[in-house]
Amino acid sequence: MTIRIAAEQLCVDYNGSVALYDASLTLPAGCICGMVGMNGAGKSTLFKALTGFVRPSRGRIRINGLKVAEAQREQAVAYVPQSEGIDCDFPVSVWDVVMMGRYGSMNLLRIPRQSDRLAVRNALERVELLDLRDRPLSALSGGQRKRAFLARAIAQRASVLLLDEPFNGVDVRTEKLMAELFLQLRSQACTILISTHDLSHVRDFCDLVVLINKTVLAYGETSEVFTPENLSQAFGGLPPDVLRGQTQ
Amino acid sequence: MSVVALLLEPLRHDFMVRALLISALVGGVCGLLSCYMTLKGWALMGDAVSHAVLPGVVLAYALGLPFSLGAFVFGVGSVATIGFVKQKSRIKEDTVIGLVFTGFFALGLVLVSKTRSNIDLTQILFGNVLGISAADIQQTWMICLVVVALLLLFRRDLLLFCFDPTHARSIGINTGLLHYLLLSVLSLAAVAGLQTVGIILVVAMLVTPGATAYLLTDRFDRMTWLAIGSSVLSSLLGVYLSYWSDSSTAGCIVLVQTGLFLLAFLLAPRHGILCRRSS
Repeated sequence: MTIRIAAEQLCVDYNGSVALYDASLTLPAGCICGMVGMNGAGKSTLFKALTGFVRPSRGRIRINGLKVAEAQREQAVAYVPQSEGIDCDFPVSVWDVVMMGRYGSMNLLRIPRQSDRLAVRNALERVELLDLRDRPLSALSGGQRKRAFLARAIAQRASVLLLDEPFNGVDVRTEKLMAELFLQLRSQACTILISTHDLSHVRDFCDLVVLINKTVLAYGETSEVFTPENLSQAFGGLPPDVLRGQTQ
Repeated sequence: MSVVALLLEPLRHDFMVRALLISALVGGVCGLLSCYMTLKGWALMGDAVSHAVLPGVVLAYALGLPFSLGAFVFGVGSVATIGFVKQKSRIKEDTVIGLVFTGFFALGLVLVSKTRSNIDLTQILFGNVLGISAADIQQTWMICLVVVALLLLFRRDLLLFCFDPTHARSIGINTGLLHYLLLSVLSLAAVAGLQTVGIILVVAMLVTPGATAYLLTDRFDRMTWLAIGSSVLSSLLGVYLSYWSDSSTAGCIVLVQTGLFLLAFLLAPRHGILCRRSS
């Protein structure tokens, strides 16, 4: 079994305050893993560590057996941002955004070759945005924008996809399309790590779940990990009503 | 007098030809850079860097070095200081910026008054493009060439860096390098702008054209051309205006820039307030 992500006893702190400690996680190739935890539980910190934005104070990360920086140079890691993290008025077209997924494989001037254009076209077809390729990003709906960023990750041909709250504010069509794409990517041996609040999505199509609260509380097959005890631990002992509904 | 004559008459003076050329050059270069500044949200940083170069300019004059060198060192140094203080303390970034650049600027003022040299403070603060020396023209050309070359070479990476640094990072692009590249280019452009409009107003050159262009289009390529165009036009028109009206050149250039921004703000096809209201 190929291991895509291996994090061992990861500790991250910001100026002395601990964001994550002793977090260990191993994700094989070809799986969809949901990462669940409260705000401030360390989900985005783990993403930052996996994208090289913060350096762990202890522990180590391997992606496809490589150090983070090396894996990034191999174009192994794609990050699909939360809509809030992006300036939607930025003057770029859908095509430009998806082409940015190819930059890492281009020369220094980032001049697209035929193969890059094909990859972008193909990715846009898969997310059903080819017709809108010349639209500016600001003219898209929230769901279409989400699909554009997913297309960027597809065009990059990454084997590890990190998605930050992918289901926030998307329409039904986008949600269905994303779920289908995730399954396709899984069958192509991609590993998808989804950070989310939405427990129903996790139950619907995640193979694995990791519960986070400053550390990895529980990790494993969705059916085993999604117990009321684990969830209440992840959400600070007070499972909200939504939560209770999910676990009954 | 006909319009043509009105435009040609000032060209009989060498200093006017020089001023028009240099203002247009600096305007174009700052216009290109201003696109990145507005998109990255670095207007305040531009203001900080342009003020912080003052001690560098003074020291370079006193030591007989090219003043662009001193300005560059202090420009980048101020940004490094801002980054360091922000990282090591709990003070918010805009406070740190305000604190650091005024400190540098104050140091510059004290140095000016303590250095026995023929530095003309007004010239540094408010620019003097009509009296620009041959050596300064040469330096400005060099700076502009370097800035344009760097911006063209890294234009796609810089655009991505402004748009989505996390993605840039995750595909292995060195975002730290891009950060300092953009800051270095900013310091250099501030020095070039200092020649034409002076330290106080250079931030207008680094922000206004980009903001104007941003209201007019949703395409980055068009935005850069519009910014360069409006900036060059403002520089030329500003120099003429100052000649005709016998008033501050820097003031005229920036006033034209602000005027063009107001036009875009009111009349831009999609983002102008008048057009938005009627639709």
